Amino acid sequence: MVNNLHLYREALILTLSLGCWGILFSFIIGLICSLISYYQIRGLKRIVSIYIELSRNTPLLIQLFFLYFGLPQLGIMINSYTCAIIGLTFLGGGYMAEAIRGGLDSVSRTQVEAGLSVGLTQSQVTRYVIFPQAMAIALPSIGANVIFLLKETSVVSAVALADLMFVAKGLIGMYYKTNESLFMLVMAYLIILLPISLLFTFLERRLRYAGFGR
Amino acid sequence: MRDLGVNILFEGLNMQRLLEGLWITTRIALISISFSIVFGIITGLFMLSNNKIVRLFSRFYLEMMRIVPILVWLFIFYFGVTKIVPVHLSSELVCVIVFVMWGSAEMGDIVRGAISSLPIHQKESGIAIGLTELQIYTYIIIPQAIRRLIPGAINLATRMIKTTSLAVFIGVIEVLKVGQQIIEYSLLTYPTAPLWIYGFIFSLYFMICYPISVLARKLEMKWQH
Repeated sequence: MVNNLHLYREALILTLSLGCWGILFSFIIGLICSLISYYQIRGLKRIVSIYIELSRNTPLLIQLFFLYFGLPQLGIMINSYTCAIIGLTFLGGGYMAEAIRGGLDSVSRTQVEAGLSVGLTQSQVTRYVIFPQAMAIALPSIGANVIFLLKETSVVSAVALADLMFVAKGLIGMYYKTNESLFMLVMAYLIILLPISLLFTFLERRLRYAGFGR
Repeated sequence: MRDLGVNILFEGLNMQRLLEGLWITTRIALISISFSIVFGIITGLFMLSNNKIVRLFSRFYLEMMRIVPILVWLFIFYFGVTKIVPVHLSSELVCVIVFVMWGSAEMGDIVRGAISSLPIHQKESGIAIGLTELQIYTYIIIPQAIRRLIPGAINLATRMIKTTSLAVFIGVIEVLKVGQQIIEYSLLTYPTAPLWIYGFIFSLYFMICYPISVLARKLEMKWQH
């Protein structure tokens, strides 16, 4: 088992890197989508809501299979690493958009009006008034999404990536070290997810103290 | 001229097989959801218990279920538990067990959230007008808590339906596996089969989950005020 630890380390790094890129891109996509639906930009709004429904109502595994096996038939070839990141982004974007939109919606109208009345421009209001408050409110659900996305990376072995699940399954198959492999698997996920879970709990508590006049 | 790839869906028994696969997916989901609701309510009551140890234990259970991915749990039960305990668990049964464990933890948290979000004065007013504990629960707590927990519970149901797609990893012959079989069988006659089959399965999941999540949102809007 000790000889195979490096396999777990590599898989852990792969899972983390997939997770990081996936989370980063889905945050960006989520941010754009939530701003579009918050400001009700015509035309784009419809596309965004269709996208959110599509990404939220289908499993990542099916999305990955479609991307990885389906799209090459249309002449779009993607390698498995990019494919996994695109899949995660597609899924995560919808969830992040909902989370951030929830935050934006809960910023009261009076805040915006107060900002405009002291002579800030629309973009300044968005940046300095709406955003900090919305983010603070959306933080718990963003945190939940981060953990959710990291957990969802566990299906990427379906598109031929040697992630933690793949390594564990391989070791079970090769050496019949079932208990040890599974134990290491759980440990690896705990190593990734426990600190993040604790971090978000901590941040949430800090922000609740900050509480904007509430 | 080459055949249209979409014909693959209707050739032979393909459509029927896919729908049979879908039924297996739905069956796992339905059984797991119904058990999760029952056990979830019990778990929720445990989480609200006055006993600190019970509360701590149920909290630990919830966090374990949340932090470790479902796929890992499936592996643990399919490969690990069957090795330690000399029983044969069919892959479908493993799925149901794991989904029920996960679902009841999440459902328990929803129940806990619903009941503990009720203002304390609701219960106190009940006591003040002389209702018994049982009456307080049947006439005050439960009717209000149900409204708060149903949207969350429906959301959980869609999540569970989506998670059933993981069953393919431990060898359940569900809709995805059937799709793969059809693709492998007909890849030479229909080179574009993966696109159509996976696209079809994609839309199947969407068609199941979308109405349910719309329903959840509607109920949430309606009961918020």
